[in-house]
Amino acid sequence: MVYEELKAIVGEEYVSKEPEELHIYSSDPGTMPATEPDYVVMPKTTEEVQKIVVVANKHKIPIVPMGGALALSGLVRPLKGGIVMDMKRMDSILEVNEKARYAVIEAGVTEGMLKAYLERNYPNLRLSTPDAPPIATVTANALIHGSGRLSQMYGFHSEMVTGMEVVLPTGEICRVGSCSISPYWFSRSPLPDLAGLFIGWFGRTGIVTKLGIKLFPKHRYRDVMIFVTENPSYVSDVIWRVAHTEMAEDITVWAQPRPEWAEGFQHTTIYITADSEEELKFKERIIRNALRDYIKQKEGGFLYLTPGMKATFLQEPMSQLVRFADVRKGGGFEYVGAILPVDLFDKAYRKGLEIVEKLGVDWAFSVRIIGRSHCMMFAYAYPFNRADDEDVEKARKALHETNLAVLEMGGIPWKAEEPAQQLILERMDEGAKILMKRVMDLLDPHGIMNPGNWEVK
Amino acid sequence: MEKINYAEIVHRCFRCGYCKFSSDYSAINCPSYAVYRFETYFSGGRMWLIRAWMNEELEWSEHFGEIMYSCSTCRNCVEHCVFKFNEQLVDVFISARSDMVEKGLVPKKVGEFFNNLAKFGNPWGYSGKRLEWVEKEYEGNEFLLHAGCVAAYDERGKVALKALVELLDAAGVDYGVFSDERCEGNEAMVMGEFGLFEHLMEENKRKFEERRVKRVLTPDPHSFNAFKNYYGVDVKHHTQLLWELVKNGELKLGRVEGKVTYHDPCFLGRWNGVYEEPRKILSRIASLYEMPRNRKNSFCCGGGSGNFYTDYLGGKESPARVRVREAGEVADILVTSCPACLMMFDNAVRDEGVELEVRDISEVMLEAMKS
Repeated sequence: MVYEELKAIVGEEYVSKEPEELHIYSSDPGTMPATEPDYVVMPKTTEEVQKIVVVANKHKIPIVPMGGALALSGLVRPLKGGIVMDMKRMDSILEVNEKARYAVIEAGVTEGMLKAYLERNYPNLRLSTPDAPPIATVTANALIHGSGRLSQMYGFHSEMVTGMEVVLPTGEICRVGSCSISPYWFSRSPLPDLAGLFIGWFGRTGIVTKLGIKLFPKHRYRDVMIFVTENPSYVSDVIWRVAHTEMAEDITVWAQPRPEWAEGFQHTTIYITADSEEELKFKERIIRNALRDYIKQKEGGFLYLTPGMKATFLQEPMSQLVRFADVRKGGGFEYVGAILPVDLFDKAYRKGLEIVEKLGVDWAFSVRIIGRSHCMMFAYAYPFNRADDEDVEKARKALHETNLAVLEMGGIPWKAEEPAQQLILERMDEGAKILMKRVMDLLDPHGIMNPGNWEVK
Repeated sequence: MEKINYAEIVHRCFRCGYCKFSSDYSAINCPSYAVYRFETYFSGGRMWLIRAWMNEELEWSEHFGEIMYSCSTCRNCVEHCVFKFNEQLVDVFISARSDMVEKGLVPKKVGEFFNNLAKFGNPWGYSGKRLEWVEKEYEGNEFLLHAGCVAAYDERGKVALKALVELLDAAGVDYGVFSDERCEGNEAMVMGEFGLFEHLMEENKRKFEERRVKRVLTPDPHSFNAFKNYYGVDVKHHTQLLWELVKNGELKLGRVEGKVTYHDPCFLGRWNGVYEEPRKILSRIASLYEMPRNRKNSFCCGGGSGNFYTDYLGGKESPARVRVREAGEVADILVTSCPACLMMFDNAVRDEGVELEVRDISEVMLEAMKS
């Protein structure tokens, strides 16, 4: 019955209840156990999304909207079955407003495609891309509070959203932001910020079908510097100093036990961009100057980068990062993306080492500075061998312990797995929880939207 | 062809999706994913499905088989996968197909393909000698001209083959054909029917030995691939020989009118690295314009790995139809150097109703010779 109705909406070729599709859409590449949907559907238009929502309401069957399925924390696993809605057929770039620097896109537009489109058609514009593979969708990444190459300057990708079109859980189509009253998608202000009803909710409150996203100037020259320290207690100050110069476009920190030369060191990677070589050199000088005390006291120094290394670090997205999944020749990794104040770097770093030493897991830490060091996304990444159940379980345990440690430190696990969402909710202000529940109950009276996530008990 | 131990590889795929794209991420370049859009229909999905089948989490079904055989083995995934096992991706699919074949589990259309190939030596089940119309029977000539199944039977392919024959005659190339030519088996091999491939290879090799074949010339990149990489015979693709003839002045060519664009066949380009010879020829005789997806980023016509017969990649958004639209944006003539691509594009142009000529490189050269 449901299948026939879905078929009538999207056409036979874009709906499936075959075991093969149900299997693939039951999990993402992370450690969370598989949970099968009953149907997979791929709409092409907002109207089709709307009709599917109406069908789901009629049959009281869950819907889980899905982008690239690369959150790794199992957010698009249908915890209570139902329909997984793969949004990637909605892949049109609807508008680029060059002067106002924003794009309006459909929900299935991937990071890779928008990047390539801008490079080809608007070479003076860029978007802030995450380090996720290019099939990640711009919309889903923004909706889960993703961050990327320009987050040090402009904040989380969710803060770059200028408006959205949403299909509400009850089937109405609405627009929020300036596009609700104007043909322009320039801003969410000065109206009540209704976009907040849909950002960070993991699809619990509606399905975003179109998104306005900020674009930024693309400069002609780009370079990378890596400042190395051997003492994690220096890193938050290093970050503070570099951010203070306002010369860096992006600041990340990474630490890992392999290759051998990297072990025991913290690498602060600083990206700079400019419109002339002179400007680039100037920025580089200012940054070097900001860190001169460390160099003088021999507590830190800039790593010599070969052209090959530079090319690797300058690649967007860095394909090197995904290769981490093959460290144990097992095709898996997952991370806790802890949002923390920058001055907790030392504590967070040492806590991470404690966990990996205790559990004997492989690891890599990777940090991105958000805003002018307003906070950081500290990723504790653990690779695992998918073919080895014990290894997967070990990684799962490391993730759980890391989530607990992050919460104890006063941080928030980003795009948390369902069990970690419960850890967050246990600690959440009661009033906030009541408000969350009220919002979900009000918007989604039949509880059809990605149930099982953000479940306020 | 040896089966690889894919059990050691399939779980290493992260399903990151790099393999779906072209190098600059501007387009979905995996033909089956471009058509179906389900996550099952790209290399990552297939790797995970094979693992599930291997671990008995999934039973084989006609749908499973169709997913596996909708891969045209174009090697776009090999080119763009970021992992160290990238070179083995297509081998994994071929080996898994081989296990399916051994267990007697193949989709209906694939079964037909194999049966016809086994009984008649061609995928369509045509009987009779296939190259009787070529007057030169091989008699110890410098080259054995091997047409391959599509050029031998498809009407469009035959026209292109005739153009090649005329060019060879004009240049005084010493060649002959086996009028009773049989399939070299490339498709059987990539479709996992190793037994049939080996049988065809042995039969052909025996004939080559008996009739003292020294060198093989073929217009079919699929045949070229099998001869070069599995038969171990001295083989040239027609673009390679034709370029030599042009370069050495043995073929005098004028110019052809109109803008041309060149489509890299997967078995010539990504499988065997032949990209430049066709371009050298075309830039000498015409105004050559590149499509955005070219060379290692070429978008497969959707005909490889038996799909020209099974048609798992058909429909309004078939790779061939998408490709002729792309070609129409930059040129008036779409040139290729593969009979299967030629057949796929020829049909696609008719279906699309676009103003675009589809021609084999031999046909364009013949026109240039006569101009």
